[in-house]
Amino acid sequence: MNLLTAQAGNRYPDGQGRIALRAEGVWKSYDDGSIEVLKGADFEAVEGQTVALCGPSGCGKSTLLHLFGGLDWPDRGRISVNGVEVNRQRNLLHLLRHEVGFVFQLHNLIPDLTLEENCLIPTVAAGIDRRSAQARLLELAERTGLTHRLGQRIQKLSGGERQRTALCRALMNRPKILLADEPTGSLDEHTSGAVFALLLDIVATEDVTLVMATHDRGLANRCDRLVEMHDGRIHEPVSA
Amino acid sequence: MIFLKLIVTNLRRHRIRSFISVAGIAFSVAAMLTVVTILQGAIGMFSGILSNDSEIIVFERNVSDLFFSNVPAAAVAEIANWPMVSHADPVLFGVVSSADHPIITCFGVTAADARIRKASWIAGDKLSFAQHSDDVVLGERAAEFLGAKLGDHVPIGHGVFHVIGILKTANGFEDGGVFMPLGSAQGFFHKEGASSVITIKLRSKDDAALFKSMVKAKFANLIGLEDAEFTRSYSQFKILKATAWAVGGCGLALGGLGVANTMIMSVFTRIREIAILRVCGFSNSQIATMIFGESAVVSLLGAVLGLLTGTCLLFALKQVPALHGYVDVTIQPAVMLIVIVLALTTGIAGALYPAAYAMRVRAVEALRFE
Repeated sequence: MNLLTAQAGNRYPDGQGRIALRAEGVWKSYDDGSIEVLKGADFEAVEGQTVALCGPSGCGKSTLLHLFGGLDWPDRGRISVNGVEVNRQRNLLHLLRHEVGFVFQLHNLIPDLTLEENCLIPTVAAGIDRRSAQARLLELAERTGLTHRLGQRIQKLSGGERQRTALCRALMNRPKILLADEPTGSLDEHTSGAVFALLLDIVATEDVTLVMATHDRGLANRCDRLVEMHDGRIHEPVSA
Repeated sequence: MIFLKLIVTNLRRHRIRSFISVAGIAFSVAAMLTVVTILQGAIGMFSGILSNDSEIIVFERNVSDLFFSNVPAAAVAEIANWPMVSHADPVLFGVVSSADHPIITCFGVTAADARIRKASWIAGDKLSFAQHSDDVVLGERAAEFLGAKLGDHVPIGHGVFHVIGILKTANGFEDGGVFMPLGSAQGFFHKEGASSVITIKLRSKDDAALFKSMVKAKFANLIGLEDAEFTRSYSQFKILKATAWAVGGCGLALGGLGVANTMIMSVFTRIREIAILRVCGFSNSQIATMIFGESAVVSLLGAVLGLLTGTCLLFALKQVPALHGYVDVTIQPAVMLIVIVLALTTGIAGALYPAAYAMRVRAVEALRFE
């Protein structure tokens, strides 16, 4: 099955571009195998592509994202990021600090810190110098319309602002892959649309590969590809 | 900066809990500082008695306590005639009790002794000392608690003594003690012809080594030690010091348990936050540093607060009349440093398990349940 034929958008014609993310026959279970989540999932995403993973709750969308981010290991099968297998031998800190960024359904920001401080956390982890980090933050804050809120504590931000902050944080270290798990799932329809438009705009201009788990078919259809997941497998690509 | 803020933020988030931990360390540090300083002061005072106008102390070899030391009068007489000796003063220590006062230290001394010659006499005449066998001179505090004035007869132990003088001294032991003529003390304590120690004033300090070797050569059962050597080696002092540090250490260990409890709660209540830091690329060592940083801040604040509290407590104790002269509020820098280092070490030790737990937090498990 050539997944690249599953085009939901038209940015990428069939088969072009390097593979950024790849899952090959991936199995994953929890609770000593009693809960099987992924059952031989195959998946590919090329560089710069935006891919929506759709499917019912528990079908394995989030698990697949976690595996790509090195947060967990497959029981069987191979996970590769930028052509390198994600396994226990791989430098996972480098993967998390420089290669992938995460955005979650809940913003997962640290409430007692300001917007600015939250965004700078990945740069602290990666040891990026303060000046470069500040410059990058200002750049992202401007693009996401958060410049005037930099000094605000998270509690004082609206839901949309929090999710935009989470997006900034995920992109601070210029990762080339963004893994988004229901990034607009906690927002109202209007805000959700705005945040998603911003997300698409930024990943397009920064040439970031986006893989997004979502239940929202409307948003999914705005991605380059829409991939259907069901019962732990990438069932079959569907055209939008 | 962000790293520091992550540390401080968490402490501020749980102010009460953090304050209790800081207070735990502070009380421990204050207790340790107070106990160690008081005991060191007591040791210093006892050493001060021995080193009053002398550089060397001669006593019986291998005795566990100077109260059990017997130095024969013949040795005193011979040593006093050695050419390098300026003067040799025999001192007999004894402990007696009187009504309401179970322990009164007695000093059997000669009229030539510096403790008598150089003391500040509040009442009486120093020239009258040792004229009669039942004469005693009281330290100011001893006179207070015995309710005695110049010319009174006071019961001390199994005898009654005539107070011929009251002297004032900064030394708590001397201030609360009774000075008897050496001969009277020897009879009173059944140590005829003996003293506990001889305190030696040399003509030149350079002769100390020669003097000690002569003591060793001439008197097999005696030993001569310079004051500093004596303070270091005297087993009673060692026991006192060890006890002080052990008591203080136990207090600090309790404080450390408080820090451990706080840090464990701190980690348990923000598993999700730690998971987020992991997703942002924090390494195990960065997470551990954050946890250890928190406990270090708690310990350091506790140590500073404890030092202040301990110092105030020592000053307060110094004002208590019953402790007059026994409490020395001079806090040695070395003690201060040791207390701070111990507090930090305890705090960091208390964070070992929480840090290890935090390092084991798996982001995927913490994030799965949103």
